[in-house]
Amino acid sequence: MDTITTAPTLNYLNSAHGLASWLLTRDHKRIALLYLVSVTAFFAIGGFFAMMIRLELVTPAADFVQPDTYNKLFTMHGVIMVFFFLIPSIPAVLGNFMLPIMVGAKDLAFPRINLLSWYIYVLGGLFTLTAAVTGGVDTGWTFYAPYSTASSNSHVIMAGVGVFITGFSSILTGLNFIVTVHRMRAPGLTWFRLPLFVWSHYATSLIMILGTPVIAITVLLVAVERGLHLGIFDPALGGDPILFQHLFWFYSHPAVYIMILPAMGVTSEIVQAFARKNIFGYAFVAFSSLAIAIIGFLVWGHHLFVSGQSTYAGLIFSILSFLVAIPSAVKVFNWTATIYKGAVSWDSPMLYAFGFVGLFTIGGLTGLFLASMGLDVHVHDTYFIIAHFHYVMVGGAIMGYLGGLHYWWPKITGRMYPEGWAKFAALTVFVGFNLTFFPQFIVGYLGMPRRYAMYAPEFQVYNVMSSAGASILAVGYVIPLIYFIWSLKYAPLAGKDPWGAKGLEWEIPSPPPTENFAVTPIVTERTHQYAPSREVGIA
Amino acid sequence: MPDGHAHAAPLDAHGHPHEPAHPKLQHHFDDMGQRAEASTLGMWVFLVTEILFFGGLFMCYLVYRWKSPSGFQEASFELNRVWGATNTAVLIISSLTMALAVRAAQTSAKRGTQVFFLGLTMFFGLVFLGIKAIEYTDKFVHHHVPGPHFHWDGQYPKPAEQFYSLYFAMTGLHAVHMIVGVGIMAVITWMAWRETFDEDYYTPVEVAGLYWHFVDIVWIFLFPLLYLIGGHFKG
Repeated sequence: MDTITTAPTLNYLNSAHGLASWLLTRDHKRIALLYLVSVTAFFAIGGFFAMMIRLELVTPAADFVQPDTYNKLFTMHGVIMVFFFLIPSIPAVLGNFMLPIMVGAKDLAFPRINLLSWYIYVLGGLFTLTAAVTGGVDTGWTFYAPYSTASSNSHVIMAGVGVFITGFSSILTGLNFIVTVHRMRAPGLTWFRLPLFVWSHYATSLIMILGTPVIAITVLLVAVERGLHLGIFDPALGGDPILFQHLFWFYSHPAVYIMILPAMGVTSEIVQAFARKNIFGYAFVAFSSLAIAIIGFLVWGHHLFVSGQSTYAGLIFSILSFLVAIPSAVKVFNWTATIYKGAVSWDSPMLYAFGFVGLFTIGGLTGLFLASMGLDVHVHDTYFIIAHFHYVMVGGAIMGYLGGLHYWWPKITGRMYPEGWAKFAALTVFVGFNLTFFPQFIVGYLGMPRRYAMYAPEFQVYNVMSSAGASILAVGYVIPLIYFIWSLKYAPLAGKDPWGAKGLEWEIPSPPPTENFAVTPIVTERTHQYAPSREVGIA
Repeated sequence: MPDGHAHAAPLDAHGHPHEPAHPKLQHHFDDMGQRAEASTLGMWVFLVTEILFFGGLFMCYLVYRWKSPSGFQEASFELNRVWGATNTAVLIISSLTMALAVRAAQTSAKRGTQVFFLGLTMFFGLVFLGIKAIEYTDKFVHHHVPGPHFHWDGQYPKPAEQFYSLYFAMTGLHAVHMIVGVGIMAVITWMAWRETFDEDYYTPVEVAGLYWHFVDIVWIFLFPLLYLIGGHFKG
């Protein structure tokens, strides 16, 4: 690594000054930072609710908060983490920043729509926060009817409108990405030369544009049924609550892949950079993203195994859910094969990538338990499910997000961060995460149901472990927050490619100039070429 | 280290090629063709999301129609088919004027021609909304609006209420799209009046046209589903 003493004189951070230059910016890099600040804020709020939940569950009785309050805590935790953190986190922050650079473009195809999507996100967030502050919502993040439309006395409409509005922000982001990948690629940058990060974001965008409108109309119908007494989902008005569950999960299961696919893309980048090897089976990894996006749309019925759905429908959904494990496993095997015999360096992004691969594997395999109709009856609505999806969402998506943030932080800010602290934080997150969620597999299998403020005394030891782990996890999240902020001013300059990584983003200065590229690059081989070029087939 | 990235011909200070750039070219596009392709693809992708947005409602309609066919039939008799058919015709004609407006922009027709067709499109959109308002008023007067005041004389009051729930949800959402469409047309008409569009730059008209046709097509599905199916049993 060269020693760098001066930052490039003019870059996207210092090219304009003042609040208006940020709030009215059309630069994808600045919009990414707007998103970074806002998703971090929502992460903190969602994390606060999580800590309240864990505090309550230290003892079997409902002593820290009343059950009614507890219902609101887990609802707000779910709504904020899913819709305001996990879904926008990697695409809107890292994707927004990196995708145009990775395709060799000066910006996304629609810069104004990109800014609009951030404002829509903030507006939706304000609605949901208003609902939280004025009394909260107690339906669970799933808004199941008829409880949400007829019985609940909480601010369902306000929170629902927040989710509805925010949906359009993710639709617009997905639309922008799709058009950018199709129309803005640099000369010579063919589809099979694209970084895998771009492939995974393309697949994510497909889900965003196809799934999100369905949740939007569903939440809107809940609000309308609640407000105007139209009979859509409430059986008392002639509606069908199972229809709500179908429509809800038609989006919300694919939404899981909105959260995990970008993290998979990040992992593909990191694994190549820190094993110094080309990805093993590029085309397989690329197509497995699309396969996950497509099959992911056909598995939603596994959430309805105990809801009175027909057994035959359940059977089909069970088989399809097993199928989606194949492309996921392809990725895990290919990352492993990439690391195998690589020149592995143990920098902090790579630690997160290792964490991702391991934890996602556990999360994915336990998903197969839940896809089995018989076993699902036993563990349905228990802590087993909580543990399963937190292994995918927190162990997978957040690990990927943090890994990506560390990997590209030098590019985004032009400065390094204290690597020792970063390694320590990565380890803390890993330990804290496993201590929090692994006991939940056991306690769930033993029969502790989700969403109750109270539980049987014999489950206390697992819950105390879980709460202790959550505190460690919280420390693991606070440390990077501190050193990232510190690094902005005090850390050494990074130079354009501190990792010796490949890819268009590492060929431009850090931080990049507003226009990204002084001259449009012409690409003649795959952008991530760690070994001498070897053109084989389509790859 | 093999460097795979050769560099393109030098560009001017603004990153543009040396040929004179079109004044409407934004900095991040290479040329107007790329910009037009991006905008059109963007609108198509948006329309895909719109299909799924309406798709949720169509799904509800299918499920409940299948659950209570007789009730839905009875309820749909109370809709005024003459108004429905008139509105269908109005929208089809508006699609024609829309297509002519795109054509006028593409062929650099005089601004009067462009504004004429765009204005006509807007006018038919407003006629549609006016007729819709007449129909809605009629439903209010006869207490066919779902809710506490809903009143039904027929055999199947519950399915009828559900039918009207879906009727208002579906046509209401469609009407919202019509209102947005008329708003877009107003902006496009104003731009046409300012002589913005010619054969080199007509993407906004084309993209607005795509949206307009889409909203028309939604109605083409709504009309038979809500007004016509089962009609051969009565009148």
